[in-house]
Amino acid sequence: MFVPSLAWRDSRKARRRLLLYIAAMALGVAALVAVRSFGANLQAALGEQARAVFGADLQVWNWGRFHEGNEALVDSVVAAYGAEVAREVTTSSMALFPESGGTRLVQIRALRGDFPFYGEIQTTPDSAAAVYQARGEALADAALMLQYDAEVGDSIRIGQRTYRIAGRLDGITGQTDVEALVGPRVYLPLDALDPGLLGFGARYTTSAYFRLPEGVTADSVLAEIRPRLTAMDLRGATVSEMEGDWGDALGDLTRFLELVGFVALLLGGLGVASAISVYVRQKAETVATLRCLGATAGQTLRIYTLQTAVMGLLGALLGAALGVAVQQALPRVLGPFLPVEVATRLVWEPVLVGVGVGVAVALLFALLPLVRVRRIPPLRAIRADAEARGFDVWPWLLGAVLLAGVGYFARVQTGDPRAVWAFPLGVLVAFGVLALAAKLVQALVRLLVPRRAPYVWRQGLANLYRPGNQTLVLLLTLGLGTFLLTTLGLVERTLLAPIALPAEEGARPDLVLFDIQSDQREAVRALVREHGLPVLEEAPIVPMRLTAINGRSTEEIRMDTTAPQPTWALTRQYRSTYRGRTVETEQVTAGRFVGRVPADTAVVPVSVELDLANDLAVGLGDRLTWEVAGRAVETAVASLRRVDWARVQPNFFVVFPEGPLDDAPQFGILMTRAGSPERSAALQRAAVERFPNVSAVDVSLVLGLVEGILDRVAFVLQFMALFSVGTGLVVLAGAVRIARLQRIEEGVLLRTLGASRGQVRRILVAEYLFLGLLAALTGIALAAAAGWGLARFVFETPFVVAWGWVAATLLAVPALTVVVGLAGSRGLLARPPLDVLRAEVG
Amino acid sequence: MPVLDVHDLTKTFTSGGRALTVLDGVTLAVEPGATVAVVGPSGSGKTTLLGLCAGLDRPTRGRVALAGHDLGPMSEDARAALRARHVGFVFQSFRLIPTLTALENAAVPLELRGARGARKAAAELLGRVGLGDRLDHYPSQLSGGEQQRVAIARAFIGRPAVLFADEPTGNLDDDTSLRVEDLLFELNHEAGTALVVVTHDAELAGRCGRVIRLRGGRVVDERERGGEGEREQRPLASGQPSA
Repeated sequence: MFVPSLAWRDSRKARRRLLLYIAAMALGVAALVAVRSFGANLQAALGEQARAVFGADLQVWNWGRFHEGNEALVDSVVAAYGAEVAREVTTSSMALFPESGGTRLVQIRALRGDFPFYGEIQTTPDSAAAVYQARGEALADAALMLQYDAEVGDSIRIGQRTYRIAGRLDGITGQTDVEALVGPRVYLPLDALDPGLLGFGARYTTSAYFRLPEGVTADSVLAEIRPRLTAMDLRGATVSEMEGDWGDALGDLTRFLELVGFVALLLGGLGVASAISVYVRQKAETVATLRCLGATAGQTLRIYTLQTAVMGLLGALLGAALGVAVQQALPRVLGPFLPVEVATRLVWEPVLVGVGVGVAVALLFALLPLVRVRRIPPLRAIRADAEARGFDVWPWLLGAVLLAGVGYFARVQTGDPRAVWAFPLGVLVAFGVLALAAKLVQALVRLLVPRRAPYVWRQGLANLYRPGNQTLVLLLTLGLGTFLLTTLGLVERTLLAPIALPAEEGARPDLVLFDIQSDQREAVRALVREHGLPVLEEAPIVPMRLTAINGRSTEEIRMDTTAPQPTWALTRQYRSTYRGRTVETEQVTAGRFVGRVPADTAVVPVSVELDLANDLAVGLGDRLTWEVAGRAVETAVASLRRVDWARVQPNFFVVFPEGPLDDAPQFGILMTRAGSPERSAALQRAAVERFPNVSAVDVSLVLGLVEGILDRVAFVLQFMALFSVGTGLVVLAGAVRIARLQRIEEGVLLRTLGASRGQVRRILVAEYLFLGLLAALTGIALAAAAGWGLARFVFETPFVVAWGWVAATLLAVPALTVVVGLAGSRGLLARPPLDVLRAEVG
Repeated sequence: MPVLDVHDLTKTFTSGGRALTVLDGVTLAVEPGATVAVVGPSGSGKTTLLGLCAGLDRPTRGRVALAGHDLGPMSEDARAALRARHVGFVFQSFRLIPTLTALENAAVPLELRGARGARKAAAELLGRVGLGDRLDHYPSQLSGGEQQRVAIARAFIGRPAVLFADEPTGNLDDDTSLRVEDLLFELNHEAGTALVVVTHDAELAGRCGRVIRLRGGRVVDERERGGEGEREQRPLASGQPSA
């Protein structure tokens, strides 16, 4: 009983400040519990709603149309299993709203049959989904109708046909908001679709959806017909496959977010270790006295371990409660990316895991400094300078256990065995780099502050170096938070910069017309000119397939599991062009670009994009055989090009010289600069009316969409990074609180020596200002390095410094630090020196 | 049998590469109930001797037997357990645990042993040292003299065989010192506890039955002053050159 009761009594005056410090972990636990709860609810929602999202039991589909053999297969499935079938063609096309004259590229879903079999299409009016097919009418996306001020009953023109809008699409089960943002949907009856939309060069898919009778499982049907599908190059999918795919993707997402939360928890752990370290120092005399009175080393260790365990539990419970609250917000934050409605039910497993992990992290981090208690010599009670001697293996053992624990957690989270060592190593390196950077910045500031600076500034700065300072741990926590937030900001700007439209660059295209048939090319060009707009760029596009590499057929390579080439590169439809020169967005890195060869050249010299060449494992001189409209074309790699894909330009994997493909079946793309939304809309309208198969993309609209999506992604990540920043601030508040003892002694001494309250306050301001500045500078410097590295090596785009972000960070972090620091020191300044001298400090 | 038996006690520290002998071949024995003062100038080895006698540190050479137990082969924890049973402590700076009340502070040694009735015994003893009305006060709410009286109550509560006092009056004014000394000797007398006092205070040393003078780590002088009846002899004793 002695240990618990003394642990309880001994904690009396420390409880509040210990709790504050242990609260540093609360945010990490909160992040963990919130994300994990969300993940559990998400999985549950997927399980419940998967069929509704998929709409059927089984889907068989293909690029382009179904030929006779495909149809026979569909019929045999219907006959063999008594399945119900629905047909769908999806493509994209221009929609024109005749009432307002608005045009926009939309996703067409042309249906025949009772699809979706499960789930529903929500429309206004409700009945619209049931009747639009029979009446030959259309359903249009709500956002699209809003954009063009269209109402139910208005017309919409797709291709050469005009449909009455039977209803507004309010929600389609399984469609994410982000999808709707990119391509607003229009539902049409398949039988009333303009066949012109499915002509040469059109990209579309054809599907058959099946509803199977009770007792027949889609996966077994798929397994049975799989050989026939493969033989016919058809693809099949079932609801469980889709559920698995979504589950994997969303599982990855939540696990990643959990790891971000775990980083916040580790930061909190550092805060705990630092707090307990100070606490142990303050308790050294008490421990020595207890040892003199006969307490064993184990008893004293247990007293303080029990205290921290209880505080850790309280902190973790606080965090779990906070996490359950935060979880309410997550579906709102992540909702636009999700195919299902996610509930915010309270799930116990994540709460228990969060509390468990929280307590474990708190205890392990607390024990690192706590084991020193064992070695406080009783002699210290009569000799202040008595110190433990010799090497203590325990902190190292505990450190190893801690790292192993971190590795285990990362392994469980990521499911990747390498995480066992990679994540702890990464954490160590990150902390190490941050600690090193912090030391460096500290040393620099120390060197650079002039000796003649006002006293209060020198004193404030010196506080950062005094014995027992917590500068390093504060720089770690605040700095890492700053680092995470700033990196996100910098990377987002870097990604947006190259695609952002330069305001005053006359020559940049802002409108792209595509799917122009060969016989329409002249007329389209004339139309653009009629509108007083320039033809900035034109490119012919020739669809083709790769059939052999250096004489070995792609079929054979695909079957060879040791071949390095990815399947997509072997089977995709290539949309190649031919032209006489390179363009602005590409750069030849090897070989010579050949611009023109005679039409009958036996081996055509082509230029291949660098990454594709790597994927296909080909270099200069290697042979590629293509099938262009049924004809084999033999080519050799004459040059390699690096392509800046981020720029809005027609870019190509493979560029042919002029000559051999001039007469191949092809369609074209044309770019112009309208300069204003009105002129752009006028040209689009005219183009849709005269050339229904031609589509137009307003580049500024696309950029707006990309920016919107990136903003949302960044928001999610910043939301998680906030936990780290929050943890940094809580650790700061705790550090201020725990260092009060030293502060009070100092403040009293200074005031006894004649310092005014204002001066004492200014010293505090100086200290926290420096601390905040150091954290901000360290975080920004690391973020700049990380941002540059990501830009250079991952996104392969020039690094752009977002000065706004840097400036905001540089202002906000020190300001917050000063506010938190002063708030924690408030009572200290209010007390008269004599009063403080008399009182037991602490 | 002596409660404290010290033989050829030597302690050598290595400082800056040089060996420094702070205690050099000290031998002494303290009988039950005896009062011993250890005096000497700063750095003469008084505190080191006290630390070694109480098993707070290990000697470089020599032997310490406390309450019949040889400290040499004992582990840290075994020595701690021995202290809990047989040793009391009074420190110059009181060393009360700031987060415990006077009552709880005084009760710690009994609680460490897991004994019953610790609080009752502490309350009684605090009443005995004149703090019956301050049981629930924290150290910060007590004056120096009061804190030292709590420390004395704590030292005696376990009825130790030996009480080590390190400059017990060093932080107190004269009047308060006198009261604390009186208490120390009264309780020593009543409980039959041997008292080993390290002090600079000539008056306090003079009240002890035996004075051991250290210089440079060696015993340079040792005087018996007759065990019992120190209190009556006090005026005389204070007049003699003892420090």
